[in-house]
Amino acid sequence: MNTNSNTYTVIYTTVLVVIVAAVLAFASSALKQRQDDNVALAKMKTIMLAANYGQNADGSADKNADFMKLYNDHIVNTLVLDAEGNVVEGVDAFRDVDLKTQFSNLKKGQSVNLPVYQCKMDDGRIVDIVAMYGAGLWGAIWGYVAVEPDGETLCGAIFDHASETPGLGAKIAEPAFYTQFRGKKLSASGEFSSVTVINGGAHGSENGVDAISGATMTSKAVSESLEQWLGAYKAYFTNRTSAQKQEQPCCCCDEAECAENTESNE
Amino acid sequence: MNKEIYTKPFFKGNPITVLVLGICSSLAVTVQLKGALVMALSVTIVTACSSLILSLLRNTIPSRVRIIVQLVVVAMFVILIDQVLKAFAYDTSKMLSVYIGLIITNCIIMGRIEAFALGNKPWPSFVDGACNGLGYGMILIIVAFFRELLGSGTLFGLQVIPASWYLENGGWYMNNGLMILPPMALILLGCVVWIQRSIQKDLQEK
Repeated sequence: MNTNSNTYTVIYTTVLVVIVAAVLAFASSALKQRQDDNVALAKMKTIMLAANYGQNADGSADKNADFMKLYNDHIVNTLVLDAEGNVVEGVDAFRDVDLKTQFSNLKKGQSVNLPVYQCKMDDGRIVDIVAMYGAGLWGAIWGYVAVEPDGETLCGAIFDHASETPGLGAKIAEPAFYTQFRGKKLSASGEFSSVTVINGGAHGSENGVDAISGATMTSKAVSESLEQWLGAYKAYFTNRTSAQKQEQPCCCCDEAECAENTESNE
Repeated sequence: MNKEIYTKPFFKGNPITVLVLGICSSLAVTVQLKGALVMALSVTIVTACSSLILSLLRNTIPSRVRIIVQLVVVAMFVILIDQVLKAFAYDTSKMLSVYIGLIITNCIIMGRIEAFALGNKPWPSFVDGACNGLGYGMILIIVAFFRELLGSGTLFGLQVIPASWYLENGGWYMNNGLMILPPMALILLGCVVWIQRSIQKDLQEK
């Protein structure tokens, strides 16, 4: 048979491509469920780590923790907010909100869907876990921040990155960096303000944490993204703060309590 | 069957150190042994299987679209591996990120298909592909061993350098940060080539 004729070539390639496409389509549909579960589990893991659940004593992720169970046990409610702090109906925070899209909307000043995960801590208080997403030095950085019911004290935070420099910017995903956020305040002289990552050291500042030496750009990116996102959540948190002040004038959520909660989970 | 098919890819005709193919991925995925091992296995499976399939098809492939047919088969295996890793080893697949997909462009695979599989029977082609993949993997593991040991003080994620040696715990030791970065992989690779050429004199240029 002449394997160089046009008809043969066309038929040959068509049959080959159809067979390959069928194999790949079969593999994709057979594995889709497992892959989606993996992605969802990874997301639950970061959310729970932000609220200091499933951590070892040094703040690193516990390899044996069952994050799906933790998530289902502790996340009692999820909300989606717009920039004015109003609840957006009909959108699921976990499934429907893509942080990357929201980030570009936020930059352009378009309407945004901001996810909030309400996490019931072991003592019954409800902590709000909010998202952030931004551009690092080389690629995307993202994370979750857990805020106490007073709307201004941080319970914990977690960050991750796509491709920051190993050993430098990549350290934002290490406990030494993100555990610093516990107990920091979202206010400066009575005004709502984000937590800043300070080059040269925070020196015990109430709303600043130490930057990573050698990773100025990534540290700055974390700081700026936090400011942008917490700024978008501002209306929601200010409401929480004023509601809290009316209900109970004495607020008793401090860093020590947060640390206690982490320990009781282990 | 010629015995050389089995031995050549590991030393005399090693794809990385002698043919200098597949350098890009050997710089990118050798920070940790785990990633290097998964990458080595993936490349071995892809070269072996695509060599086998293309050797079976070798008398039917129209010569004008030869390269495209090769690419389609190679790409199929790479996508399959990527999908399986995403489903069963999500953390590793996240760590290797784009480099699994980039196996398609690894010259070792196309090189072995063009040079061997298209002119030989299926079984020798399969063996040739598998041994070349393993020869590639061997160098990956050697480089990753030194990078992970000296760069992070761990092997397969387990701490092997005693924690009390470290400077921050009052010791004298510090991890070498340069080991984590790609340039050091190139230097280590150069050392491997150097050692091989000093043993095997006929590789040295006059």
